Amino acid sequence: MSVLALAVSGVLVVGACGGGDEEAGGSGDAAAAGNSTGPITYVQGKDNSGIVQPAIDKWNAAHPDQKVTLKEQTDQADQQHDDLVQNFQAENADYDVVSVDNIWTSEFAAKGWLQPLTGEYELDQSALLEPTVNAETYNDTLYAAPTTSDGGLLYYRKDLVPTPPTSWEEMMGMCDIATQNGMDCYAGQYAQYEGLTVNVAEAINTAGGSILSEDGKTATLDTPEAKAGLDALVKGFQDGSIPKQATTYQEEQGRQSFQDGKLLFLRNWPYVYSLAKTDGSSTVKDTFGVAPLPGGGDGQPGASSLGGHAAGISVYSDHKKTAFEFLKFLQSEEIQRDWLTQGSAAPVLEALYDDPALVEQFPYLPQLKTSISNAVPRPVTPFYPAVTKAIQDNAFSALSGSKPTDTALADMQAAVQNAIGGK
Amino acid sequence: MSTTSGVATGAFARGEPPLDPGRRRKSLHDGSGRRATLLIAPTIVLLAIVILYPVVTAVSQSFTKDAGLDPETGLFVEGGFAGLQNYRLWLLQDCGGGAFSCPPGTLGSQFWTSTGVTFLFTVVAVSLETLLGLVFALVMHRSFKGRAILRASVLVPWAIPTAVTAKLWYFIFAYDGIANKLLGTEILWTGDGFAPKAAIIIADTWKTAPFMALLILAGLQVIDGSVYEASKMDGATAWQRFRYITLPLVRPALMVAVLFRTLDTLRMYDLPKILTGGAGDTSTLSMLVVDQVRSGFNAASALSTLTFLIVFAVAFVFIKFLGANVTEQRAPKTKKAG
Repeated sequence: MSVLALAVSGVLVVGACGGGDEEAGGSGDAAAAGNSTGPITYVQGKDNSGIVQPAIDKWNAAHPDQKVTLKEQTDQADQQHDDLVQNFQAENADYDVVSVDNIWTSEFAAKGWLQPLTGEYELDQSALLEPTVNAETYNDTLYAAPTTSDGGLLYYRKDLVPTPPTSWEEMMGMCDIATQNGMDCYAGQYAQYEGLTVNVAEAINTAGGSILSEDGKTATLDTPEAKAGLDALVKGFQDGSIPKQATTYQEEQGRQSFQDGKLLFLRNWPYVYSLAKTDGSSTVKDTFGVAPLPGGGDGQPGASSLGGHAAGISVYSDHKKTAFEFLKFLQSEEIQRDWLTQGSAAPVLEALYDDPALVEQFPYLPQLKTSISNAVPRPVTPFYPAVTKAIQDNAFSALSGSKPTDTALADMQAAVQNAIGGK
Repeated sequence: MSTTSGVATGAFARGEPPLDPGRRRKSLHDGSGRRATLLIAPTIVLLAIVILYPVVTAVSQSFTKDAGLDPETGLFVEGGFAGLQNYRLWLLQDCGGGAFSCPPGTLGSQFWTSTGVTFLFTVVAVSLETLLGLVFALVMHRSFKGRAILRASVLVPWAIPTAVTAKLWYFIFAYDGIANKLLGTEILWTGDGFAPKAAIIIADTWKTAPFMALLILAGLQVIDGSVYEASKMDGATAWQRFRYITLPLVRPALMVAVLFRTLDTLRMYDLPKILTGGAGDTSTLSMLVVDQVRSGFNAASALSTLTFLIVFAVAFVFIKFLGANVTEQRAPKTKKAG
């Protein structure tokens, strides 16, 4: 019997998760119900920088009859996603407001789990950076309110490169400086994981290409622009401008290399800034600068992939009026400012990036504003997990040299099309 | 399964008179038989709930299509009956355009690669583990000073959670990590080619060889020492003693250990997931199932049913043809020797 039990456990996984899929499609009834006020729960990943509970305390002090309770999930993104899916499938009314990574929004929207922010739930998003709103818009409808943002930045050695490059070409031309100093030139995140999708999407978007059509129904990778984008990375690996070990780099390995003084240029997120300034082992504390990602040579800065989270209202919530007010509260200038100053979370409100006091405290804000303003959300599609896999697998083959760019791109095109429901 | 003989042996060992066989058969046919049924009924019900129900659900789901998008509303709608489509997806890599129509980079294109790499891990890692485990066990079986410390320390890798092991080896195999420094190489252990597969096999062997050693050691300890003494008298060499006494007598324990490890490795998930994330074609079948669950339950059900059948077939072969004896606790034949 024990052999059977062992053997069965593989099946158990799926058997236990399944069963709730009948919910797909959602229902208008659920969306209309629960339009009242009362206590709610806000669900999000682990609050590592300790900025969420203080915000909720502020809300609770002002709204004693509509208290918000914080429910923290793990700090693993995949597990947060699966926890949300399980609770939506169970129609859990206690998950009133949920924090969603912007790549999940369309999936949850298409499953009918998120309250569309239209009609009486319409939110004015005009003060926000536009890409953050686009990332939460599925099928021309806003499904979640952006709360934090993120964009890629170019870290460079200002002691060796006085003026940061504005285009990819220019940057690659500066690689001689790296060679002369016995260091590597440029690196991003090229290990086979989500970071690779981020970097490849940036290369393709910066070159003027795209992954999906506007309506999200067609793969658009069979274009000269997309080829130019992927080729730029492949060439970097071929001529050694990007070190071959970068195919094993996630965020931290690149940061380590840059902090050790072994890297001239690094593409990474804003979190690196304060670490590179304060980390005891950092050898570049006073010698690094920050710039927007290099562009495609048309004078425009590079197109960053957009990071960030948004808050959505569950259709199963009993107190959607309170939930809606709480969304507005999270987007208020007060909270956005708190989250920036207390946890260096990138705000979604455009105005904060131009605040002199904040810029003094966070000198990278102007570059980050450029980055996010020019950012492109990763493919907005309910089939995102399959799309990102199609990109990762084929891009990795191209970068590690086991597949020519043309083949990799053709395979990527076919796989993405297959993922979003084409032939 | 072997309860009757077990009870009899136990009673015998305690010096009680053996039960009269006629009386026992009679008693099985009246009250106590029904009572036995009644007593194990909750177990049967529990097993039906926790094993049968999920299996049946998974199998029935595997014949349903995954939800698709309604082009008008952008919402998911039910897929309906799929027939064998989900199985064609995996076995024939049929993404809707006939056999082998799944483009590289889709999960459908990876079934056979994943099956291959899963079996590669199983065969290579379990062989290494068995060999190392046997050596460890033979060393630990000897009596020498500090044996207790050695036994305890050998078990440390097995005691560490797999996720921690994986993270540990992830740092060891980093480009500027200890492995490359010690070897003086510049291998991309988590990159492309054979290196990531080797990395996983090394980490798995490191972790589980002690488990093998422990099971084999247990087998060694039931071998009666007098057998060795007798063979020494007859002038057998150390190799002959190992070849003709140790190996055959430890074989039952060894086969159980190999079976357990084989089933474990066929289901391997966390080690490759954390160590390589599937880079360089190191996605195992379990990783493929989990990836597919995120995209659709029904195709994932078909895949996990296939995985189940593969694991079951391997277990069956082991028990049927290789004599791994997991269900019966037959006393070793040597008990009466000497």
